[in-house]
Amino acid sequence: MVAVTRAAPAHPSRTGGPMLPWSRWIASITAVAPTVLWGAASIGLFAGLWEVLWALGWADAKLLPPPHIFIGNIADQAKFFNTVNRWQIGAGQGGGTSPPLAVLYTILATTGRVFSGLVIASLLAVSIGVAIRYFRVFGRLTLPTITLLAPVSPIAWLPVAIFLFGIGNGPAIFMVVIALLFHMVLATINQIDNVNRNLINVARTMGASKRQTYVRVIIPAILPQLFVVLRFNLFAAWMVVLVAEATGVGYGLGQVIMLARNTFNPSLVFFTIALIGVLGFLFDLAMRLAQRKLLYWVPQGSAVLRGL
Amino acid sequence: MASDPVLPFSSRSAVVCRDVAKVWAPGTPRAHEALRAINIDVAPGEFVVLLGPSGCGKSTLLYLIAGLEDTTSGELWSFGDRIEQPSPQRSLIFQEASLFPWLTVGQNVAFGLSIAGMPTQQRNEVARQALQRVGLTEAIDKRPDELSGGMRQRVAVARALAMQPKVLLMDEPFAALDVQTRAKMQDFLLEVWRASGASVLFVTHHIDEAVALADRVVVFTSRPGRIKTIVPIDLPRPRDPFSPQAEALRRHLTAQLQDEVDRAFAEQEVLAAS
Repeated sequence: MVAVTRAAPAHPSRTGGPMLPWSRWIASITAVAPTVLWGAASIGLFAGLWEVLWALGWADAKLLPPPHIFIGNIADQAKFFNTVNRWQIGAGQGGGTSPPLAVLYTILATTGRVFSGLVIASLLAVSIGVAIRYFRVFGRLTLPTITLLAPVSPIAWLPVAIFLFGIGNGPAIFMVVIALLFHMVLATINQIDNVNRNLINVARTMGASKRQTYVRVIIPAILPQLFVVLRFNLFAAWMVVLVAEATGVGYGLGQVIMLARNTFNPSLVFFTIALIGVLGFLFDLAMRLAQRKLLYWVPQGSAVLRGL
Repeated sequence: MASDPVLPFSSRSAVVCRDVAKVWAPGTPRAHEALRAINIDVAPGEFVVLLGPSGCGKSTLLYLIAGLEDTTSGELWSFGDRIEQPSPQRSLIFQEASLFPWLTVGQNVAFGLSIAGMPTQQRNEVARQALQRVGLTEAIDKRPDELSGGMRQRVAVARALAMQPKVLLMDEPFAALDVQTRAKMQDFLLEVWRASGASVLFVTHHIDEAVALADRVVVFTSRPGRIKTIVPIDLPRPRDPFSPQAEALRRHLTAQLQDEVDRAFAEQEVLAAS
């Protein structure tokens, strides 16, 4: 045995003894409290400013209805979400699902499209990106085309989506996939090229084959950054899905916005925008929580900037 | 070598370098010669320190011996076999511990064994023993980022030891550590080296470290790296860094190195001016 003094662990909190359940609850509440309060303050500031502008008469309630108006008549707005029956001849606004359920269905439809698109795009992008580096000939053959397609706006793909998939979930999901795929393939390749050489060299000196090096070193090493890329692309996914829905691929939040535009209903526009904002925020939150669980080894937070 | 049963040198040598040269990016405008005419024989169980100014190619030599890079010319042998690709017999340890952050300490140490297909239970046992040899058994379930720099480097040593290597290649392994930790790690390395019986090739630019550790110090010239001189360190262990002999050796090595550092500096100034 060698006598070497033991340094203190870098994260004493992780090595601490078991905490009582209630004290853990209190600890986690006090941990998130500042974030929640600052979030409320931020939204309150902008909503308040808007209300003040309305009260002063600078913001016309017919064009820019302030939050208390467009959120105030949720019940009234909700009936417009009942797009399910709109295209059926003879079905009135009152028929079909109840307004609250209609809102829920609309949200679920859009969210489902975003989520499926994200999952399909990530799996495809990582597979293609890894294949491009793993099989050299495949990379030479595909990479130029992918680089060529990456700057094309997803909107340009909209007609293709409709040609290929017609109307419904298909084209909306296709749009999300196409909006993310090329960027994420390029990001995957970039991440692979930037994997710490020493990690790869360690695996090689330990006798790892090319396949083992990819599966056991390169892929785990690129996941954290890819997850960040995915989170940034989440917002792009939300934008694209609305465009896809707005052009008449079925029902969904984009469709409601379109309806609001066509019927000159600013309240409905802002209500839907607020809804999309909240959904996007929740999606991001869910992804951050997933990141913490899946990528447990990645340090959290922005402690680097503290004290500046 | 089936057609030639007579080996050109002792097959018992842990590492043999014969006229090894390395040119990076040959045939391009960026081509530069890293190593020229390197001849070294390392005996089994020998501790050899490669000492030289930074950028002299001593790390390159380590990568060549590890089998991670090909020589431009010359031959490398280890225990009678041509070095053509990496082998678990020759473990490389870097300045950064280079542990896999997504694995526990135990899984890191067992990584090479699991690559080799050893059953889980058996490799956990080997990993535990290897960690015991570096005094870190209780850290087996921790993650690398929970350890200090010195502890991480010891885990890297344990990971190398788990493969039972015959040659340990160390590329400035303690350069990122503070002075006190470095001294402790040197003692620790000597213990591990003695117990394992492996040969060590240790790259450093620290003269003190060379005198503290080496059986022989190979002094490199500045770029392209050639062997300037080989200085045996015949001091009994444990060594007293303040003994007159150690002092004299440090003085000698400093003088040898000084010319090369001066030349490297002058070269860089010419490069910067052009």
